[in-house]
Amino acid sequence: MIKKEMIAMLLAGGQGSRLGVLTSKVAKPAVAFGGKYRIIDFPLSNCINSGVDTVGVLTQYQPLRLNTHIGIGIPWDLDRNIGGVTVLPPYEKSAHSEWYTGTANAIYQNMDYIDGFNPDYVLILSGDHIYKMDYEVMLDFHKEKEAEVTIAVMPVPMEEAKRFGIMITDESRRITDFEEKPLNPRSNLASMGIYIFNWKTLRNALVVNAEQPSLDFGKHVIPYCHKNGAPLYAYEFNGYWKDVGTLSSYWEANMELINIVPEFNLYEEYWKIYTRSLILPPQYISAESVIEKSIIGEGSEVYGEVYNSVIGCGVTIGKGTVIRDSIIMDETRIGDGCELYKAILAEGVAVGNRVRLGVGEEAPNETDPNIYNNGMVTVGEKSVIPDGITVGKNSVIFGVTALEDYEDSYLPSGKTLVKAGEEA
Amino acid sequence: MKELSQKRAVCAMPIAGSYRGIDFALSNMSNSHIRKVAVFTQYNARSLNEHLSSSKWWDFGRKQGGLFIFTPAVTAESNFWYRGTADAIAQNLFFLKNSHEPYVVIASGDCVYKMDYNKLLEYHIERKADITVVCKDMPAGTDVGRYGVIKMNEESRIEDFEEKPIVAKSNTVSCGIYVIRRRQLIEMIEKGMEEERYDFVKDILIRYKSLKRIYGYKMKEYWSNIASVQDYFNTNMDFLKPEIRNYFFKQYPDVYSKVDDLPPAKYNVGAHVRNSLISSGCIVNGTVEDSVIFKKTYIGNNCYIKNSIILNDVYIGDNTHIENCIVESRDTIRANSYHKGEDGIKIVIEHSDRYVI
Repeated sequence: MIKKEMIAMLLAGGQGSRLGVLTSKVAKPAVAFGGKYRIIDFPLSNCINSGVDTVGVLTQYQPLRLNTHIGIGIPWDLDRNIGGVTVLPPYEKSAHSEWYTGTANAIYQNMDYIDGFNPDYVLILSGDHIYKMDYEVMLDFHKEKEAEVTIAVMPVPMEEAKRFGIMITDESRRITDFEEKPLNPRSNLASMGIYIFNWKTLRNALVVNAEQPSLDFGKHVIPYCHKNGAPLYAYEFNGYWKDVGTLSSYWEANMELINIVPEFNLYEEYWKIYTRSLILPPQYISAESVIEKSIIGEGSEVYGEVYNSVIGCGVTIGKGTVIRDSIIMDETRIGDGCELYKAILAEGVAVGNRVRLGVGEEAPNETDPNIYNNGMVTVGEKSVIPDGITVGKNSVIFGVTALEDYEDSYLPSGKTLVKAGEEA
Repeated sequence: MKELSQKRAVCAMPIAGSYRGIDFALSNMSNSHIRKVAVFTQYNARSLNEHLSSSKWWDFGRKQGGLFIFTPAVTAESNFWYRGTADAIAQNLFFLKNSHEPYVVIASGDCVYKMDYNKLLEYHIERKADITVVCKDMPAGTDVGRYGVIKMNEESRIEDFEEKPIVAKSNTVSCGIYVIRRRQLIEMIEKGMEEERYDFVKDILIRYKSLKRIYGYKMKEYWSNIASVQDYFNTNMDFLKPEIRNYFFKQYPDVYSKVDDLPPAKYNVGAHVRNSLISSGCIVNGTVEDSVIFKKTYIGNNCYIKNSIILNDVYIGDNTHIENCIVESRDTIRANSYHKGEDGIKIVIEHSDRYVI
């Protein structure tokens, strides 16, 4: 008989539109992070490190990169005879076929998968946070409190509490009330989007609310459980936890890794983070290079200068090029004599020679000022920037651009240049 | 190989930052679509066994074929160690007998090269050879005294084969890679067993050189043996050349190795790295010039490392000077140390405590 005490369901279907062009071709959980990782590596590594060896990954938006990355789960030791990692895309049914319309709806559509493992508990995770957490400790808490639902929470500064879902608890950590993005928060315990449910409780809640459009955990399932008197508890987590849902927070989380002793330390023996690495060779640093306060992935070749930056695997940085405060993802090639300030270059970008990115006046982005701000230049994957181009701040480039696309080889601050449908 | 092989067999020696000697032969086999590979190990196999703990990195985790590891074992018939290369095969002859593949490629794990063994096999069949030996012309002036030296006629048939000659007759050396028909190999090995002959080169190649059709297959690409300290050092330093890196790292097919799940290399303020290879998991605070730094090495503040090889997981304390050295893996070099190879390469082995309580 097949039996797993707890299995995890990882919600990885969202686009993450606040990451702008970084997610135009890949789902947010597949976005590169910290030189050689992808965001989904963190919850997946947490699972295996916590002894959770059965993980269903729910995919919907642009799943190709995610599928190839996960494969059969070898890097995380999640290739198992029973359990392991399974990618669960939406599928056609004899009646009522639909996409995943909400977080809980995705789980509802995969109840058979969960039933197949006969679990007592189901752990719900999302694929857009950077953290190390032992889910087994959370499960112990869940059992000790005899809870039916446990929600991981994190204390946040009171003034920021209005950006989160807030839990109000009594002394025993039992949740008495909750409010979504309250104007006047009554507590500072923010939900981290990590839940443990008794499978029986969750299954019942999903079946009863099946007809609810866009069935969502925060909006429907948890309020339903609360209304029915199920004991809800808040599990307080005090470690490093970072939402990388916006370009600024994504940039900050990357930059935090290059501090002398980073708050989020990847160099600890305990609680390793695993990823699929295809590029193995060491990196080559040439005789003319200068590198300071940076991390660099495998197989990169550096001939220029790199300061305060996070560089991925297989990147080439040409002679005389100076890179500051930037994030360069895997397999990007940068020519000679370039200057990059606060640039985020997605995977496989080709930058010509003498290109300057992130210079000039501050100006808000013309199309999406809420996404592209803080003076960053964002370049989507496989984009091409020809020789001699200068690009201002808060700007976006996506697609294979040629000299004709620029006026006098110049893209002023705040401009968006997207050439859709073309690839190198 | 001096002190470096106290810790491991030569084919488990770390190469070029991220690899081990045996990765090259195994990757070549995998890339040549050889599905069944046997590894014979005897000397100090711990490190090698650790490296081969899973066969999935070379895609040998197969139901059909796969990776087989043969260490000497006490059986009802024998309790000998492997007394030579041919004896290693002889003691595991059942494996050859139970296989169905018509040809066998024999290769040693201590060479750095890329090769499609199918091309070698095509050549072997075309020449109707009994055995084909891969060989390479060494640059003039190389001391070939520690290789097998080959003399061939115009048709590439081997006329003379001398193992480790004092005076070499040519500068063509055997690369230690052979292809042979399986039935032929079994026959020769069985004959050798009867006569208590245990060495593949001496007792098969050299003994049969006029009796059988033994051909040489000249390799033009990069090939290097790592079985001496100087060669090991030079082979690693070769990877500082762009054309060598391009050949091994950028061109198809790739070389595979066990994945270590290490974070990216980190450069702190004060790091000065010039013309060097740095591997994953390293943290650099000091100066590194013309060196190959293997995985997970920590280089302290104000260190100066030049023309050296630092093997895996070494901790180098502050203000240390290391020049013309090979630093053994898992070493801890105390702060303020001074190591310099004056004439030739110095091997540094230190057993200091890493953590002072």
